[in-house]
Amino acid sequence: MQKRRLPGARGIALSIALATGLAALPVFAQDKPFKIGLILPMTGQQATTGRQIEAAAKLYMAQNGDTVAGRKVQLLVRDDTSLPDMTRRLAQELVVNDKVNVLAGMGITPSALATAPLATQSKTPLVVMSAATSSITEASPYVVRTSFTLPQVSVPLADWASGNGIKKVVTLVSDYGPGIDAEKYFSQRLSANGGQVTEALRVPLRSPDFAPFLQKVRDAKPDALFVFVPSGASAAVMKQFLERGLGKAGIRLIATGDVTEDDQLNAMGDGALGVVTSHHYSAAHPSPLNKQFVQAFEQANKGLRPNFMAVGGYDGMRVIYEALKTTRGVGDGDALLAAMKGQVFESPRGPVSIDAQTRDIVQNVYLRKVERVDGQLYNVEFDVIEGVKDPGKSR
Amino acid sequence: MLTLLFDGIAYGMLLFILALGLAVTMGLMHFVNLAHGAFAMAGGYITVLLMQRLDVPFLVCLPLAFAGPALLGGVLERTLYRPLYRKPHLDQVLFSIGLVFIAVAGADYFAGSTQQIMQLPEWLKGRTEWGSGAFMLGMGHYRLFIIALCAALTVGLQYLLARTRWGSRLRAAVDDQRVAAGLGIDVNLVFLSTFAIGSGLAGLGGALGAEMLGLDPSFPLKFMIHFLIVVAVGGTSSITGPLLAALLLGIADVAGKYYIPKLGAFIVYSLMIVILLWRPQGLFVRQGGRK
Repeated sequence: MQKRRLPGARGIALSIALATGLAALPVFAQDKPFKIGLILPMTGQQATTGRQIEAAAKLYMAQNGDTVAGRKVQLLVRDDTSLPDMTRRLAQELVVNDKVNVLAGMGITPSALATAPLATQSKTPLVVMSAATSSITEASPYVVRTSFTLPQVSVPLADWASGNGIKKVVTLVSDYGPGIDAEKYFSQRLSANGGQVTEALRVPLRSPDFAPFLQKVRDAKPDALFVFVPSGASAAVMKQFLERGLGKAGIRLIATGDVTEDDQLNAMGDGALGVVTSHHYSAAHPSPLNKQFVQAFEQANKGLRPNFMAVGGYDGMRVIYEALKTTRGVGDGDALLAAMKGQVFESPRGPVSIDAQTRDIVQNVYLRKVERVDGQLYNVEFDVIEGVKDPGKSR
Repeated sequence: MLTLLFDGIAYGMLLFILALGLAVTMGLMHFVNLAHGAFAMAGGYITVLLMQRLDVPFLVCLPLAFAGPALLGGVLERTLYRPLYRKPHLDQVLFSIGLVFIAVAGADYFAGSTQQIMQLPEWLKGRTEWGSGAFMLGMGHYRLFIIALCAALTVGLQYLLARTRWGSRLRAAVDDQRVAAGLGIDVNLVFLSTFAIGSGLAGLGGALGAEMLGLDPSFPLKFMIHFLIVVAVGGTSSITGPLLAALLLGIADVAGKYYIPKLGAFIVYSLMIVILLWRPQGLFVRQGGRK
C-alpha cells in the first residue's frame, strides 16, 4: 500500500512545482534565480579554506536574505579539491550548463589563473575570495578580489621590522606563487629601508622536515626570520623554531598572518605567543561589526572560529549582493562588474574598498602579536597601516 | 655540522621504522603492499586523537599506536591480503593502492583534512647543546628519544628474526611454504603475525613521525615514495640493509637541504638513482643470494 501511495504523492508535488514554475516563467524572465557558482576546495589539503568560505557565504545569505532586488539568489557550491584543471572544468560546467551569473571562490592561485580566461570569454565576473598572488587580477578584466595579496601584507611588515631594529633577515617561504611574492616584496622593501635579506630560502610545498632549513637560519644568526608558509605547515615551522632554540639565540620570528591563522592558532600552543605577524584580518579585530560576525559565525558552525578565508568569502558575497542591487536585479556580466568596481564598505576586518582600476581590494593591514585572551590564543592587533593598495600593481 | 648529522640520523631512524614493515612484507613475504603508509597514518591518528581528545599521555599512546594498526593489519591480512599472495605483483599493487585511497578518504572524513598538531610532553621538548662553532652538537630531546627507541627496536627485531623459533619458522615458511607446512609449521599463522607486526611497526612510526613530518590525510601518499626508496636502496633480504639505507638517505636529505637548499629535495632522488645504477639489487644485498 505504502509503496503505491508514495509515487502518487511525489507526482502531485512534482506537478505543483511544475505548474508554479511554468506559471511564473513567462511573466518575468527575471524570476529566474540569480546563480552564484562557488568553486572551492572542500576536500583535500586546502579543505579548511573551502569550509570557511562556504560557511561565511551561507552566513551572509542567512543574514541578508536570499532574495535581492526581486531575484532569488542561488548558491551552487562545487568542490575542485584544489586541482586547477578541475576548477576550470567545473567553472565551464557552471557557466555553460547552469548559466551562473557570477563565478566565485578560488582556493589557490593556480585555480584562479586557470579560471580567469573562462571569465573573460563568457563575460562572467569572477570574485576571488581566497587566492592571494598579486597577478591574479591581471589575468582577466573580470576578476574582482575580496581576499588580499601577499605583497599587500609583506610590505608593511618590512616597514615594521626596519622600525624595530631588525636589519638582517633570513626569509623562508613555500616555493610557489604566493611565497615568491612574499619573498620578493618583503626583501625589496626591507632593502629600500636599509635592511638586508642575507639568505632567501625556498622550501618545497610538501617539505617533510624543516630541521635543516631552520638549522641554517640558526647558523646564519639574522635578527629575524621572515616566514610565509600555508597554514597547514606553519605549526611545524613554529615548533621547530622553538625546539631548535632560535628564539633563545635572539632571532625573532616574523610572518604573514597565514602562519598564525585563527583556525589553527589554538592548537599551536604557547609556542606561538609573541610572534609578530602582519595581516588584514584577525578574529580579535576590536570592531563591533567583527564581534557580531565572529559570534554569528561561531553560532552557525559549532564554535568554529572564522579566519581570514571566511572574511574573504563574507565580503565577496557582499560585493555580489550589492552589485545585484545596483543593477536592479539584471544580472548582465558587464553591468555587475561595473557595479562591483569602486564599492566602499565596512567589513568585519575594517574599512575596505574595491579599487576601480585594479579590481583588487584596498584595506587596512594590521600588525599583530599572538597573545592569550580569555584562555585562548588570538592575534591581537597593535598597529595599523590604513588603506593599503596591492604594491604589486602600484608600479 | 654535528647537529646536522644528528638531525639526519634521527630523520633516517624515523624513515627506517616507517619502512621496516614494508621491507618485511616485500622482502620476506613477497607482497608489494603499497598501503603500508596507511597503517602508519592509522598509528599517527590514534596517537594524535587520543592525546587531543582524551588527554592520554604520549607514552601510553605509543603502544596503542602499535597495537591498533597491528590488529587492523591482522584482520586485513586474514580477509583481504591472503587471497592475493599468489596473484601477480601488479594485482597486489593495484589492490593496495586502492586501499590507500580508501584510507585517505576515510581519514579525511573522520578526522578532517587539516594538519593535526601534536603537543609533546614537556620533557621531550627541550634541547641539549654541547661544544661550539662547527663542532657544536645540538640535540633535540625528541629526536634523541626517536633515535634511542628505534635503535632498541632494531636490535630487538634482529634478535627476533635471527635467533628465535618464530624467526626461523618465518624464514622457513617464506622459502618453501609446502615443506614448511609439512614440517608442522602453521604457515598461515606465521604470515599473519608477521604482517601484523609489520603493520604495528608502521603505526608506531606514524605516531613518532606525526610531530616531525606532520600528519594529514595525504600522509600515506606523501611518504610512500620515501618508504619505497628506503626499501629499494636497502634491499629487502635483511633488516640491516634498510637501516643503513634509511640512515644514509636521512643524512643526505638533511645535509642536502642545508648546504644546497635550492636543490635540497632532489638530493635523495639523485642518490637513489646512482645507487641503483651501481647496485640494482640494493646496497646491502649479498650477491649470489636468492634472486
